[in-house]
Amino acid sequence: MTTCPECEGALTLGADVIAGEIVVCGDCGVDLEVLSITPLTLAPAPQEAEDWGE
Amino acid sequence: MNDDMKIGVLLSRVRVEEKWLLEALDKRGLAYDRLDDREVQFNLDAPGAWADYDVVLERSISFGRGLYATKVLNAWGIPTVNMAAVAETCGDKLATSTALRTAGVPQPNVRLAFTPESALATIEEMGYPVVLKPVIGSWGRMVSKVNDRDAAEAILEHREVLGNYQQRIFYIQELIKKPGRDIRAFIVGDQTIAAIYRTSGHWITNTARGGQGSVCPVTPELHAICAAAARAVGGGVLAIDLLEDPNRGLLVNEVNHTMEFHTTVPTTGVDIPGFIIDYTVAVGRRRAEGASAR
Repeated sequence: MTTCPECEGALTLGADVIAGEIVVCGDCGVDLEVLSITPLTLAPAPQEAEDWGE
Repeated sequence: MNDDMKIGVLLSRVRVEEKWLLEALDKRGLAYDRLDDREVQFNLDAPGAWADYDVVLERSISFGRGLYATKVLNAWGIPTVNMAAVAETCGDKLATSTALRTAGVPQPNVRLAFTPESALATIEEMGYPVVLKPVIGSWGRMVSKVNDRDAAEAILEHREVLGNYQQRIFYIQELIKKPGRDIRAFIVGDQTIAAIYRTSGHWITNTARGGQGSVCPVTPELHAICAAAARAVGGGVLAIDLLEDPNRGLLVNEVNHTMEFHTTVPTTGVDIPGFIIDYTVAVGRRRAEGASAR
């Protein structure tokens, strides 16, 4: 259990979450990047850029 | 298995695809380094620790970072999946079209113009509707179906004033009367391992834009055109987008070099991440064996 850095809503992450993964805050809907697992650190994810894709 | 083989995975955002790929590496007991494209640096004159990699799997969400990183790695003799030349061809729709044309792979008619005036004249000659696409871009961004002259004039004007010069390269494609769906097929090496139909009420059928996936059988015809398209762009791990033309049959629309597969895996049950990792290991093994033979 942690809190969203954007809205401070409560956030529960799955046990298999890994660094670099993007999770979505259920309260405010913002995309958050998992910066590290220990300690658990979240930050707003980078915004989509023009050359992103597949 | 070469226990000494060193694998790098270049990535930034970890999508479900990257998570599955890392899991596939873990499952095979393979050691690897995660290389965050926001942190890496390259000194062209001094590869340093980069030289230890037998292969780098490129999974950057950014086309530019992936392309330029693999260019440097390939220049140092480090193989990548995919190779920079493949990314360069697949990342530019006109480069893809010319590669397909050279190889004689069926595709929709494509025309090219460099000014709004010549583009408009080209569109009028082709007849409406047509599809206007940026040469660089993914997920169906800024892909426009142009139904009439008013729409053409508006879109061409908008593209003219956008900052990026690539928006002023007018790639105009014939609109194919597809049956409400397209096909995405996955090819790894010389094997077409899976395919899905992407169905949507919208003319853009990308799953990134709401298209729904369902199983598409990999027929000999589908495999043949996919293999030809893959060879045309240089081969590797690729996703081929195809359109079904009522008269001409299958046409290759696009070829993707760092594809997503979060819809295809649950739809088809095919272990695409496993195929990609096995292919990557095979590429790395060739380099590792070459190094030990020297």
